[in-house]
Amino acid sequence: MAYAEDAELEELHEPHSFWTKYIWSQDHKVIAIQYSLTAIFVGLIALVLSGLMRMQIGFPGSLETVDPTAYYQYMTMHGMIMVIYLLTALFLGGFGNYLIPLMVGARDMVFPFVNMLSYWAYLLSVIILLASFFVPGGATGAGWTLYPPQAITPGTPGTDWGIVLMLVSLAVFIVAATMGGLNYVTTVLQARTHGMTLFRMPLSVWGIFVATILALLAFPALFVSAVMMLFDKLLGTSFFMPEMMSLGQQLDHKGGSPILFQHLFWFFGHPEVYIVALPAFGLVSDLISTHSRKNIFGYRMMVWAIVAIGGLSFIVWAHHMYVSGMNPYFGFFFATTTLIIAVPTALKVYNWLLTLWRGDIHMTVPMLFSLAFIMTFLVGGLTGLFLGNVIVDIPLSDTYFVVAHFHMVMGVAPILVVFGAIYHWYPKITGRMMNDTIGKWHFWITFIGTYLIYFPMHYLGIQGMPRRYFSYEEIEFIPQSAHDLNTFITVTAIFVGVAQLLFVFNMFHSLFYGREAGPNPWRATSLEWQTPQTPPVHGNWPQKLPVVYRWAYDYSVPGMEEDYTPQTVPDDPAHESIQHDEAGNPDGAPA
Amino acid sequence: MSSDTTAASQKGFAGLAGDWASDKDAFKGVPWGKAMMWIFLLSDTFIFSCFLIGYMTVRMSATDPWPNTSEVFALEMFGHHIPLVLIAIMTFILITSSGTMALAVNYGYRRDKKRAAILMLITALFGASFVGMQAFEWTKLIEEGVRPWANPMGAAQFGSCFFMITGFHGLHVSIGVIYLLIVAIKVLKGHYDKKGYEIVEITGLYWHFVDLVWVFIFAFFYLW
Repeated sequence: MAYAEDAELEELHEPHSFWTKYIWSQDHKVIAIQYSLTAIFVGLIALVLSGLMRMQIGFPGSLETVDPTAYYQYMTMHGMIMVIYLLTALFLGGFGNYLIPLMVGARDMVFPFVNMLSYWAYLLSVIILLASFFVPGGATGAGWTLYPPQAITPGTPGTDWGIVLMLVSLAVFIVAATMGGLNYVTTVLQARTHGMTLFRMPLSVWGIFVATILALLAFPALFVSAVMMLFDKLLGTSFFMPEMMSLGQQLDHKGGSPILFQHLFWFFGHPEVYIVALPAFGLVSDLISTHSRKNIFGYRMMVWAIVAIGGLSFIVWAHHMYVSGMNPYFGFFFATTTLIIAVPTALKVYNWLLTLWRGDIHMTVPMLFSLAFIMTFLVGGLTGLFLGNVIVDIPLSDTYFVVAHFHMVMGVAPILVVFGAIYHWYPKITGRMMNDTIGKWHFWITFIGTYLIYFPMHYLGIQGMPRRYFSYEEIEFIPQSAHDLNTFITVTAIFVGVAQLLFVFNMFHSLFYGREAGPNPWRATSLEWQTPQTPPVHGNWPQKLPVVYRWAYDYSVPGMEEDYTPQTVPDDPAHESIQHDEAGNPDGAPA
Repeated sequence: MSSDTTAASQKGFAGLAGDWASDKDAFKGVPWGKAMMWIFLLSDTFIFSCFLIGYMTVRMSATDPWPNTSEVFALEMFGHHIPLVLIAIMTFILITSSGTMALAVNYGYRRDKKRAAILMLITALFGASFVGMQAFEWTKLIEEGVRPWANPMGAAQFGSCFFMITGFHGLHVSIGVIYLLIVAIKVLKGHYDKKGYEIVEITGLYWHFVDLVWVFIFAFFYLW
């Protein structure tokens, strides 16, 4: 007997007090909401930080609080929060927690207690991170890549306490991500319901599953580099610190390798891009299929593309280090692998387009965000081909072209999916629809706004405008047009940033005043929409676990009455009412 | 046994792939805890690999000469100067503990609670003595002036790597000892009579992993 069936027979212990139900909850759905709200909260902080930075770039000197020290601190914290504490936590801890058990037909994650610890460790890491704003010297200003020697050498902001708190916070986050990740992977592998084969899983689950494996294998490199750098900072070891002079002083370090840190960091850092991108690929596939009422084109190809991207992502890391100096043959190798990764990625883009082709496209808010994702991801992906080539990368390196590229491809594109996915799954989570009109305003402002912000940055980058600078006024080769453009970008950025309040308002307002959604407002096929209650109760399927007969993409099947056929509908209508034997197994299922 | 998937009946690679992709579980008959432990150990392997690769890199980048490990870790015993003797004993003890752990797993599955628990306690005792000898080794090196940030015998990175890697491994062994004690007591109390004794094997997986990691540390740090 499979262990999932053992669990099916166990009685559910439903928590009753407020504290065990909503605070110290072990229910994957509550943990998912805790993760998501925390992630959105820190994300808003990072958004404010980016606004403050843009004020300095667009209107130099306009804010007294933004001096060079503060600027570098904001830049570092903005990057780190957005990449790790918002996107990683939201996709894996938020969507992963909510959707995996529901989509594969499990009562919960396999180890709910560990899952709960994962959230509390994550919250602890967030608190440590935010605490670094308030310690002497402030947060670290080393840039989100935290390159040594500068990250721990006097002269960089926050070398007293900020960098220590940042590294400790990362280590705690990795513990949290590991505890959660072990749960997600084991649940997908070992706790699927009757008939839920691997190739019947929705692509959302595939994306989150492969991304979690990447997280479990990539975060160790960050953990080790964090430990080593903490030792360099606190114990005076020289893992990453060469013999050097700093501010006229000979430092005590000797014989370390700064390049070692870069290798370790990017061995984590590049898979991290796909830890964020793969769940987005998965979620957006389901959104596009559902809202164009058509099966996803090339499902198996999509799955293998996710797996291939995941595998390749571990052998491209040094394309972030072309300017650090490396053997030209290595540069050749990493440029080649980087360009190869474009093949499965392009395959996915084609398949999304072919899914849309002649589909019954409903221009709902989730669909709008999905279409926007395809366009944004395409632009960001194409500039990735420029930067993947050593000879093109070297002049463009550390310019605004790079800023434009990674914001398009791993900032805006995944965030558009996050928005689309929240609009899509909100009815299941709360039982109410989000407001459509506000949603559409939010969409158009965000989509057009982000293009207006990031598209001109390509031009700035080709002009040679360096990134990470506090002030550009003194640099002669930067033309007036670039300064004007920067002002324009800042105005747009502030507008788009403020417009996100529409989304926050919509989220909380709809909770109380939204239209009643019913169990399956989008008429979708996957299991989470077939739960007996909406929102799903503790245990998801309190009586019998569902039985799956088909893949998750039976939309507009010829000859069917409805334009969607849920996964729980048997092929042969005669089997409509499934018989359960005494042990509670559906008829014909292996005992 | 019929199944919702037809792949289960196929032979060869198609059958293997079919079994993996079939419904409910990819690894048939593997408890959740065991699957989770394997995945965790895979992740932990990457941590130790990064530590060891980091050590090799700084050993190359260090500007001062690397000390001769067989001299550093030599002891005067019974009037003889024996290189690496303590490390050899520690390695022997840890590998022996893997043997007692394997026996414990066997007795656990036979539901011989007493023997299983005693063997687990012996394993924990071996583990604790390993940590004790490591503490002795640390003390000796610290008395000789080796620090994480300095090393009178040559490259400072020798001390940094030594304390970091053996410390991280020693932490794993210590956690393993506590883990073994908890499970052994629970086994004795009959806590797993209903759930089954896979937990002993899961504990064993972790313990064997810690031993295996030590073999690599021994080879790359002490012998090289």
